Amino acid sequence: MDLFLQTLVAGLLAGVMYSSVALGFVLIYQASGVFNFAQGSMVLLTALTYVSFVETGAPFWLALLAVLAVMVVCAVFIERLILRPLANRNPMVLFVATLGLSYIIQGAAQLAMGTDVHMLDLGIADDSVQIGNLSLSKFDLFATATAIVLVAVISFVFNRTRIGISLRAVADDVVAAQSIGIQLPRIWRIVWSVAGFVALAAGLLWGARQGVQFSLTLSALKALPVLIIGGFSSMPGAIIAGLLVGATESLADFYLGPLVQGSVSTWFAYILALLFLLIRPTGLFGERAIERV
Amino acid sequence: MRPPSSTASGAFIAASSPNGIGSNEVLLETKNISLAFKGVTALSGVTFDVRKSEICALIGPNGAGKSSLLNVINGIYRAQSGEIVFDGRHFRKMTPIDAARRGIGRTFQHNELSPRLSALDNVLTGLASRGKTTSCENAFRIGRDRAERQHFLALAEKVVAFLGLQKHVHKSVSTLPYGIQKRVDLARALVSEPKLLLLDEPMAGMNQDEKQDMRGIVSEVNSRFGTTIVLIEHDIGIVMQLAHHIVVLDYGRKIADGTPEQVRNNADVIKAYLGENYGRD
Repeated sequence: MDLFLQTLVAGLLAGVMYSSVALGFVLIYQASGVFNFAQGSMVLLTALTYVSFVETGAPFWLALLAVLAVMVVCAVFIERLILRPLANRNPMVLFVATLGLSYIIQGAAQLAMGTDVHMLDLGIADDSVQIGNLSLSKFDLFATATAIVLVAVISFVFNRTRIGISLRAVADDVVAAQSIGIQLPRIWRIVWSVAGFVALAAGLLWGARQGVQFSLTLSALKALPVLIIGGFSSMPGAIIAGLLVGATESLADFYLGPLVQGSVSTWFAYILALLFLLIRPTGLFGERAIERV
Repeated sequence: MRPPSSTASGAFIAASSPNGIGSNEVLLETKNISLAFKGVTALSGVTFDVRKSEICALIGPNGAGKSSLLNVINGIYRAQSGEIVFDGRHFRKMTPIDAARRGIGRTFQHNELSPRLSALDNVLTGLASRGKTTSCENAFRIGRDRAERQHFLALAEKVVAFLGLQKHVHKSVSTLPYGIQKRVDLARALVSEPKLLLLDEPMAGMNQDEKQDMRGIVSEVNSRFGTTIVLIEHDIGIVMQLAHHIVVLDYGRKIADGTPEQVRNNADVIKAYLGENYGRD
């Protein structure tokens, strides 16, 4: 039983990492109906920029602020150069545009900062702490705390402020939102900036775990089954589905792995997502049909 | 299920007979507006004036181009040719944001509200273009945000009370009856105190009682605030009672323009809109 619990909790904590990436997708999908393929590249960009600043000797907070500034600048450019000219087009057109954007960000980031693998040290040792019978990774607990703070801040902004009300109005009806005087460009810049901040959190957590390298963009692929399970337009869905994927992956690896003599976690999430597509295509909390993607 | 006392609808109906119009000043001119979608003509050369403080009704059969015309006026569609003069300023193209800022409010045929937001929050979105605070102040509720929020809340509550929506304010819009949703849509447009209010079928899908209530409200908005109103409505009885001025469209062209009396007796209108046999029996 202890072993089961241990595996489960470790999986849940790993799931937090998936949620952190999925959250960025949901933010943009909610406010502009676009599946932002570039979210994974944004994760790489933030981690690479952060590491580059730190390697010049900048302290943690300064580097963090610098990356935030970079993401705001990116959001302004993306809104002006991609979203505005393509406004009111078919979502598929926008999706393909984000696919192109993904390559531009990857290329530009690596051109400017190189393709070497960088180490990212957040100063949190990956020791284990003993809580009851469970031994948990300190880093995972830190990641969880970060994700909780992130979700709390985003929920506050979305639900309790006027800017959040405007964001949700845009998400529900772009034409009506414009007609009552909500400035779409401003909303888009904000949403993409916030998605950039979320990418930063994900980039730091994943980067610290795996090293900052090209494969960080693949974190986007891990977010895909999470989004399918949670629903593209639901923030709580992204969190819960991330945890679910983390937990089931970890359990499947532990119990199924020996049977199939190999790692289950590389594919298990996708099978789970496939089942959801068959049984509940809008995901656990999704509201819109997935065809909208 | 309507709250007859809460909106003082008796007073509305008493005030609703279309008297003479106060002003001869023109607030809105559409000049030679033409609009086509991939070769299909929606509007061709539509020209008409709306005077300050009048209620102007756009009527015509389905597909006549009424909604398209409203969409051109507030910039959702961009006309291929023609221009709009609003409040003395000429526009080749209007954007929805521009229209909202300059004082053009509108409602939609199919209640384009945010279903998950409360009625009050929906009304508050109508003030988005009036905000003077920065996004940062809004997002973290710091600085001048508090004062502005209080001010906007007071404005919203005033409109809510005017439309008798007090007991619905905190309910999410998707749970409200259709007629109430229509009022929330109107409240969202009214809260920014527009100079010109565009109403796209404000009484569609309502029963007679609800229609009379809405007629009273529209009339009251016009007489109490002097708001100029352009509305689309299919119920000719209501239009005749409410409008000072009627513009009739058919197949994207204007076929008549005048007082209810003039339009009622116009042969083209009778033929195109009311049917060939109208008035024979």
